[in-house]
Amino acid sequence: MANTISFKLRYWKQNGPKDPGHFDERDMKDIPTDTSFLEMLDILNEQLVEEGSEPFVFDHDCREGICGMCSLYINGTPHGKTEQGATTCQLYMRRFHDGEVITVEPWRSAAFPVIKDCMVDRSAFDKIQAAGGYISVRTGAPQDANAILISKEAADEAMDCATCIGCGACVAACKNGSAMLFISSKVSQFALLPQGRVEAKQRVKNMIAKMDELGFGNCTNTRACEAVCPKNETVANIARLNREFIKAKLSD
Amino acid sequence: MWLYDSSVGKKVVMSVTGIALILFLTFHACMNIVAVFSADAYNSVCEFLGSNWYAVAGTLVLAFLVVLHFVYAFILTLENRKARGNNRYAVTSRPDKVEWASQNMFVLGLIVILGLCLHLYNFWANMMLAELTGNAGACGIDPTDGAAFIAQTFGNPVYAIIYIVWLVALWFHLSHGFWSAFQTLGINGKTWFNRWKTIGCIYVTVVIALFIIVVLRFALCGGAC
Amino acid sequence: MATIDSKIPEGPISQKWTNYKAHQRLVNPANKRKLDIIVVGTGLAGASAAASLGEMGFHVLSFCIQDSPRRAHSIAAQGGINAAKNYQNDGDSVYRLFYDTVKGGDYRAREANVYRLAEVSANIIDQCVAQGVPFAREYGGLLANRSFGGVQVSRTFYAKGQTGQQLLLGAYSALMRQVHEGTVELYTRYEMQDIVMIDGRARGIIARNLVTGKLERFAAHAVVLATGGYGNTYFLSTNAMACNCSAAMAAYRHGAYFANPCYVQIHPTCIPVHGDKQSKLTLMSESLRNDGRIWVPKKLEDAKKLQRGEIKGRDIPEEDRDYYLERRYPAFGNLVPRDVASRAAKERCDKGFGVNNTGLAVFLDFSEAIQRLGKDRVAQRYGNLFDMYEEITDENPYENPMMIYPAIHYTMGGLWVDYELQTNIPGLFAIGECNFSDHGANRLGASALMQGLADGYFVLPYTIQNYLSDQITVPRFKTDRPEFDEAEKKVNAKLDHFMNIKGDESVDTIHKKLGRIMWEYVGMARNAEGLKTGIKKIDEIRDEFEHHLRVPGTKESLNVELDKANRLNDFITMGKLIAYDALSRNESCGGHFREEYQTEDGEAKRDDKNYFYVACWQYQGNDDTAPELSKEPLKYEAIEVKTRNYKS
Repeated sequence: MANTISFKLRYWKQNGPKDPGHFDERDMKDIPTDTSFLEMLDILNEQLVEEGSEPFVFDHDCREGICGMCSLYINGTPHGKTEQGATTCQLYMRRFHDGEVITVEPWRSAAFPVIKDCMVDRSAFDKIQAAGGYISVRTGAPQDANAILISKEAADEAMDCATCIGCGACVAACKNGSAMLFISSKVSQFALLPQGRVEAKQRVKNMIAKMDELGFGNCTNTRACEAVCPKNETVANIARLNREFIKAKLSD
Repeated sequence: MWLYDSSVGKKVVMSVTGIALILFLTFHACMNIVAVFSADAYNSVCEFLGSNWYAVAGTLVLAFLVVLHFVYAFILTLENRKARGNNRYAVTSRPDKVEWASQNMFVLGLIVILGLCLHLYNFWANMMLAELTGNAGACGIDPTDGAAFIAQTFGNPVYAIIYIVWLVALWFHLSHGFWSAFQTLGINGKTWFNRWKTIGCIYVTVVIALFIIVVLRFALCGGAC
Repeated sequence: MATIDSKIPEGPISQKWTNYKAHQRLVNPANKRKLDIIVVGTGLAGASAAASLGEMGFHVLSFCIQDSPRRAHSIAAQGGINAAKNYQNDGDSVYRLFYDTVKGGDYRAREANVYRLAEVSANIIDQCVAQGVPFAREYGGLLANRSFGGVQVSRTFYAKGQTGQQLLLGAYSALMRQVHEGTVELYTRYEMQDIVMIDGRARGIIARNLVTGKLERFAAHAVVLATGGYGNTYFLSTNAMACNCSAAMAAYRHGAYFANPCYVQIHPTCIPVHGDKQSKLTLMSESLRNDGRIWVPKKLEDAKKLQRGEIKGRDIPEEDRDYYLERRYPAFGNLVPRDVASRAAKERCDKGFGVNNTGLAVFLDFSEAIQRLGKDRVAQRYGNLFDMYEEITDENPYENPMMIYPAIHYTMGGLWVDYELQTNIPGLFAIGECNFSDHGANRLGASALMQGLADGYFVLPYTIQNYLSDQITVPRFKTDRPEFDEAEKKVNAKLDHFMNIKGDESVDTIHKKLGRIMWEYVGMARNAEGLKTGIKKIDEIRDEFEHHLRVPGTKESLNVELDKANRLNDFITMGKLIAYDALSRNESCGGHFREEYQTEDGEAKRDDKNYFYVACWQYQGNDDTAPELSKEPLKYEAIEVKTRNYKS
């Protein structure tokens, strides 16, 4: 009935940010191709726990590709990227071959220190968001939702930008450890909407300043981020971010 | 000041200096190509741009742009390496979308700089510098006879090959640099993305081709054809 | 049996909330700064509450178990959010939304709460649009709507198939703004372990720092739980892996009523189970039922061939297809409420008409929609869902009908709360899915987002002040009080106990067994005999847990197995609680279907004479003793209680 594959799994073990870390290896036998990558790791952990060892630690939660928690660098690509763009949890074992060596690493970037194994600390993203990733509106009674007309094109484009799940694959893939795709997606969403224009200048300046402060790298337009983004965010957002920033700075 | 303390600001300096340098190269290429048709015409262009105050000022501006472009590249690269962290991936792959040049701009830039030094030694030192300082050029060629320098340099196959390698590196550098500059300035978007890339590719190829034609012309058939 | 006061304000239903707000006590701005509020959970309810409270000037401590508040599972809601805006001019109104919700909930919800929910629903949309949530728009620039199961108007606002994500990101950004302002302190990767009670009031929590493993103490004037539902009791559900009911169980163990635990929603459109290694079920948005038609073969031999994989859905001719929802419920067709659709699917599969290799799946077919609208329009509406389906199943839903099957999705039951969203423990509030309040026995599609945000933005920030107004003279608590010592000691002992069992089975192994028992005996169709067996079997699981659990590693460090063991311990208690409630409710209503109580044609048969109440269960000192039932009688003034009818 179900097809299975066997392969060698190399997975990164690291006990905290100071530990140099190393790869552990294990032969995985007869894994059904219908299982997801994370379910395969569940099988690994089941084996490890039954042997009395500590499990392999990685972040995961919703397992339907939307929460942005899962973050594995598989065979040289964040999320083991497929054509459609999917997160690690939506990667299925049928994408791999019998006898293959599968290497699993954490996001590696100075701004994302390893907590344990492949679990990394992405709280820098929250800090950038806190620096300006919002529209300053109070809870209460704003005007009627239909009082602001927004063209379908603008709404759709803002939506495309807003689908970013904050997983950090862009930073992991970037040779410069730059977070520009993440920030540009948020800035673009608000820049495209009339509600967001009011504080657009302040927002972009604050978010970029926070990004620089947190030690993310500089964008050199290699487009590696766009290539691995599970939600297909594009570098057009980065162009918009640059434009917004330059405009804001020139009008200071 | 945002041009040196923010990452986008630094990139803006890179792109503005980059675009200026591309414009200079365009002009330089147009001037060079004259040498293919007539040595006299070329020399009169050289004479027009000879050792006068505006040429000196232009040269200084140009030098400043190059230095700025280089220093910023150096700073950005250092920062980026730091941001990348000390741990490297054991397995990496380059997605199809990612151009090779885009990930190797600094190395390509270094090759371009080295080539530039050679170029200054071959030509600028013998021509403009010689005229300014009043020292006669090497090999007994008159500093105002630019065409002769061209013929002499590219007549040497080693130089010809080095120059071609240099120009190819420059092509790679510019093929990414061109659209990247517009991207950084924010003059880009979903529809213009491919347009800029195409325009850039054609533009850069034409400019570099003009340079290469001159090299090949003198490497293959010497002073007279 | 204690009397239960739900504190419903006086007056006609449409005036209750207005009257409440007009007469409630408030806290003045200078005093707000002196009051601390703990909010556990950062989903729609938790994030919006923390943001709103922070903005009002309270000092808020916000906790979440993930690495960022934005990961909470509200993010996975796909379809949309309801609001009585009547933008489509199709006769919608606050009353109609209220009525639909009460009816959809099979007349087991509290009228006053639901009316308030319908009232504030319109504000939610205004609020979210102001925050920059990119809802779908029409070409003229106005907001677009779609229809959803169980209603006859289009009142659902949506942002592609990612409405939950967009709303959560809206609430998250509001929360992060308050973090920036310094009114909210954020604690990520912290899990609440217990509530600290001082003089009979909730005054703080003990939380485990999931990175260091250390227990930490936090004090506050009030504690708000926004920790979601208990669907993961069944192991396989559409919930995220970390969703758990431990916070609610902690409250329950302190004497908080747990209301209506047996109301568990089974979502009709999930991707069928593929094997025993499966870790979770993936939901396909209910919005698919707008254009998809659900069917199984008419002929049993066709079904057998499908099960053996000899033919595909598209090979079966139109006349041999049984569109059973359209056949049984002509008025609502494929858009009947979730419980009805789920049971109908189970009924067909039980009769042998299932369409995949396990016989546990029905078709959701878009061929007619593709013919009517064109492939592009269909792709525009559902493209991302289709892609997701193909990635998971390796089948192209444009060419072959999708296969779906019901799965545990949402829990209507939860901590009992009064009109003010306060549990029976003073100072302890519960909002969102964590409470039981608004959905009765069944929740309508696109109402969970509405409830979460209503509670967090527009209800709790008012009602909590009524409680806090006399707390302004209570100084900030120190965490070195004996109550904190005691609570921490208890938590430590519990964790030590898990570490010391040193058995031979992993947490997931035992959890899977619990899940199978729950699904089999306490699942979609229940009966007294099965429930009794179920309770016995859950006791066996408890025994297995106590003797065979193995947790590797140490307590004082990051230990994901220990976290899971702790949650499973509570799921076992929860499972039994669901079974007790299901056993005591001798009727079928909404998400609770008892096989003994059905009409001749298999519809749920309610018993309004004997079961027109909210079942409130109270803990009796330890996990093994049966809980005690109290009843909050329901009083309907605005709506006449009728048998639900989706046929005509």
